Amino acid sequence: MKSSVITFPGSNCDRDMDVALKKFGFKNKMVWHDDTELPTSDLIVLPGGFSYGDYLRCGSMASKSKIMKSVINFANSGGMVMGICNGFQILVETGLVPGVLLRNKYLEFICKNIFVKINNKTNNYFNNIKNDVLEFHIAHNEGNYFCTKDQLKEIEDNEQVAINYCDENGKIEEQFNPNGSIKNIAGIFNKEKNVLGMMPHPERMIDNCLSGEDGSIFFNNLINNLK
Amino acid sequence: MIVNEKVAIDHGLKKDEYAKICELLKRTPNITELGIFSAMWNEHCSYKSSRLHLKKLPTKGKKVIQGPGENAGVIDIEDNDAIVFKIESHNHPSFIEPYQGAATGVGGIMRDVFTMGARPIANLNSIHFGSPQHKKTKNLLRGVVHGIGGYGNCMGVPTVAGQTSFDSSYNGNILVNAMTLGLVKKDKIFYSKAAGLNKPVIYVGSKTGRDGIHGASMASASFDDKIEEKKPTVQVGDPFTEKLLLEACLELMAGDSIIAIQDMGAAGLTSSSIEMASKGNLGIEINLNKVPCRETKMTPYEIMLSESQERMLIVLENGKEKQAKKIFDKWNLDFAVIGKTTNSKKIQLYFDDEMVADIPVNTLVENSPMYDRKWKKAKLPKKNKIKKEDLKNFKIIDVLKKVLANPNICSKEWIWQQYDHTVMGDTIQKPGGDAGVVRVHGTNKAVAASVDSSAVYCWAHPLTGGKQVVCESFRNLIAVGAKPIAITNCLNFGSPENEDNMGEFVECVQGIGEASEYLKFPVVSGNVSFYNQTKDEGIKPTPAIGGVGLIKDYNKMITMDFKEIDNVVLVIGKTEGHLDQSLFARNILDEKNGPPPEINLFNEKNNGETLLKIIENNLIKSAHDVSLGGIITAVAKMCIKSKKGISLKKPKYLINEMEYFFGEDQGRYIIEVGKNDLKKVTDILNKNAVHFDELGTIIENELYIDDKTKVTIDELISSNTRWLTDYMRN
Repeated sequence: MKSSVITFPGSNCDRDMDVALKKFGFKNKMVWHDDTELPTSDLIVLPGGFSYGDYLRCGSMASKSKIMKSVINFANSGGMVMGICNGFQILVETGLVPGVLLRNKYLEFICKNIFVKINNKTNNYFNNIKNDVLEFHIAHNEGNYFCTKDQLKEIEDNEQVAINYCDENGKIEEQFNPNGSIKNIAGIFNKEKNVLGMMPHPERMIDNCLSGEDGSIFFNNLINNLK
Repeated sequence: MIVNEKVAIDHGLKKDEYAKICELLKRTPNITELGIFSAMWNEHCSYKSSRLHLKKLPTKGKKVIQGPGENAGVIDIEDNDAIVFKIESHNHPSFIEPYQGAATGVGGIMRDVFTMGARPIANLNSIHFGSPQHKKTKNLLRGVVHGIGGYGNCMGVPTVAGQTSFDSSYNGNILVNAMTLGLVKKDKIFYSKAAGLNKPVIYVGSKTGRDGIHGASMASASFDDKIEEKKPTVQVGDPFTEKLLLEACLELMAGDSIIAIQDMGAAGLTSSSIEMASKGNLGIEINLNKVPCRETKMTPYEIMLSESQERMLIVLENGKEKQAKKIFDKWNLDFAVIGKTTNSKKIQLYFDDEMVADIPVNTLVENSPMYDRKWKKAKLPKKNKIKKEDLKNFKIIDVLKKVLANPNICSKEWIWQQYDHTVMGDTIQKPGGDAGVVRVHGTNKAVAASVDSSAVYCWAHPLTGGKQVVCESFRNLIAVGAKPIAITNCLNFGSPENEDNMGEFVECVQGIGEASEYLKFPVVSGNVSFYNQTKDEGIKPTPAIGGVGLIKDYNKMITMDFKEIDNVVLVIGKTEGHLDQSLFARNILDEKNGPPPEINLFNEKNNGETLLKIIENNLIKSAHDVSLGGIITAVAKMCIKSKKGISLKKPKYLINEMEYFFGEDQGRYIIEVGKNDLKKVTDILNKNAVHFDELGTIIENELYIDDKTKVTIDELISSNTRWLTDYMRN
């Protein structure tokens, strides 16, 4: 399986994602934001970081990068595109997934382990995954997902919510919401479910001596689904 | 502008210093030249009050590749890998403008590290604030934490450990010390020594603006009522540009075009160009019209003294300019050939085709002032006579809960959760333990780092305090299973012109020197910050020690959380029950006199090295050093981390229980041992003549001494974790 990770100026989880993808069997290539063509890929990843310094608005300048035209075309023709953290912020700025990401509730950056409940397994990202709850890791300042009531209804009707913040048993309640996201939303799909944007970093959870190993479950499952 | 003595004094120079400048130049300097002298001769850049004493520190060792004098120290961690590290203060700017002050402190220290070719892999910080009740404290703490996070998070470098304290002596002068570790191949280290004639001098990074002019001079003076007016001297940081600069520099460094490289930190273009010329025994000629400027009509004076951030000066090999420029173009950074190396041994500046400065380099560096300031020796305070009857009125559990909730002991999660501590995917010990630990990417090795200071001990007796801080750093590294290699120090003191403050400095440095010599834990880099005072009142002497150690196989790393019920808990090192200057004495008894706990370097070394042997043999499950709050606080923290309990024995000796549990004797560790390994461990301890006591056994969720003296771990967690978040959010 082939993957590509896009590096924008200010990306800082691009190497971590490269390490994770390779660890689970992807042949990964790094792609510079100023390029126009994507290598042949089964998966495109927009990594975390502070693309363009988060200036103007997180993800907004990166969404206008040269390479993004090709990424958008790739997504619109059904290709798998995953945006993690800043990558999620870039995805909402392109309009590939609905909604916006506001500053966290207490206006503080948050770096910690959290639990997410998988809401929808009828897609290539979570299909066949045995767990309902995964322990992931977040590190962000603007992860407070927000959308209009109409958008929310549409998202829910189309089963676009991918994961919600919850406790270790999968209970979705306000007290387990780290950043104030509407309905504890931690990640969403586009309508077709080939594009996934999420705040948590599975790539930081791939070794039991790091923050945990549930990221390994996610990546192993992902590559098997793509085979 | 006409230069005279008054103008010189306005620049922070002393009368005789100005006279010396005129004598060295054999003429009156012009305003640009005066600015350059004032920047190079201030305390911050010249170390004029401290140099004499710093020379006495041990700086050499088998593992030391580069000691003090470069941008940062470098140590060998085998297999052609090396760690570059340094700590630096950004106290004054952080008090004036906490966000930018702290942010640029972090940015500056990371630049020092990647200037040497190393990719930063871990950040640490030591931050000290006034009393929590002081009206400025909350906003300063919030601003500093946001600033450190804002810069470090954006750079994608994990902040893995730190230290925060509160003390009213910092009410008018907080401390912000930032430390960075970088990883480099031993044969790819870059230095700041220029070499060769007619080599192009290149400016890269951000454009130069009017920010931070005279920042270094501001850092070399005491605060008065007019500090708000000093805001323009604070630099403004742009971590995004620094991230680009990091990537561009490392890309250029992969080739062989760089002769020398130096970041523009304090005193900007002035100190960077002069340092490179001085080390290479060369001259440098710069055309200031070529310097990329952010604002129009900047004068030579402003260009030379600006402390705009995210800039580097490089001496390149001839003919490599095009290739280098391509890299900086790719990263959208300025790149300008602004001058060349010469054999004049002078710094010669041109602006609009006129020579605007012409100064022999040695007058700025070797001939800079050096003072043997007067200082007063501190006496060891008499031991306090705390009455045993007074101690009887206290209940251990009540005191323990108060101690755990004390601002200087409580959990700092509110702070470190705002720092990205997991980016780069190698953090194997997060903040909140004895030391932060990161893997050396792609290897089985890991590097441990911790930063410590004990202002109260240093204040009570500087010589003992200085030794203690080094020992504590040594202990924190050993407690995670790392072999201590070397330290960096950030020496925060009051005015060197005050005999008491100068005495504190001299004796703390002596203490640091003695301990680091004995423990073979040399000082490889550091920074001095004087004039930490408002009006006449200095801060408590606060040398911060950043220690670095190596774990050869990271699977052997130790953490402090208890692992298994029924395991036995020992305390290594002798408990005498020293209460003077302990957290218990100062905060519960309100007794502020007496000497700090004594340091026995032999025991310190022997206990630590023996414990490392035990760890090497995989014989312990968890460990934690005993520091503030004594044995019971250390044990309680191990319980809190693991949500497991402990059944504690009462002391065997004739020590009062409060002295036993809350005394702060040094050289001690708590360790957890499986029952089957107990004999092996005690044999090793006995064989090495290390004193130990059996403390108790691990049980479920309760700290138990007897039926009247017990508490659930949930209650302890609540005492320990709530204070800071409540304080900041209410």
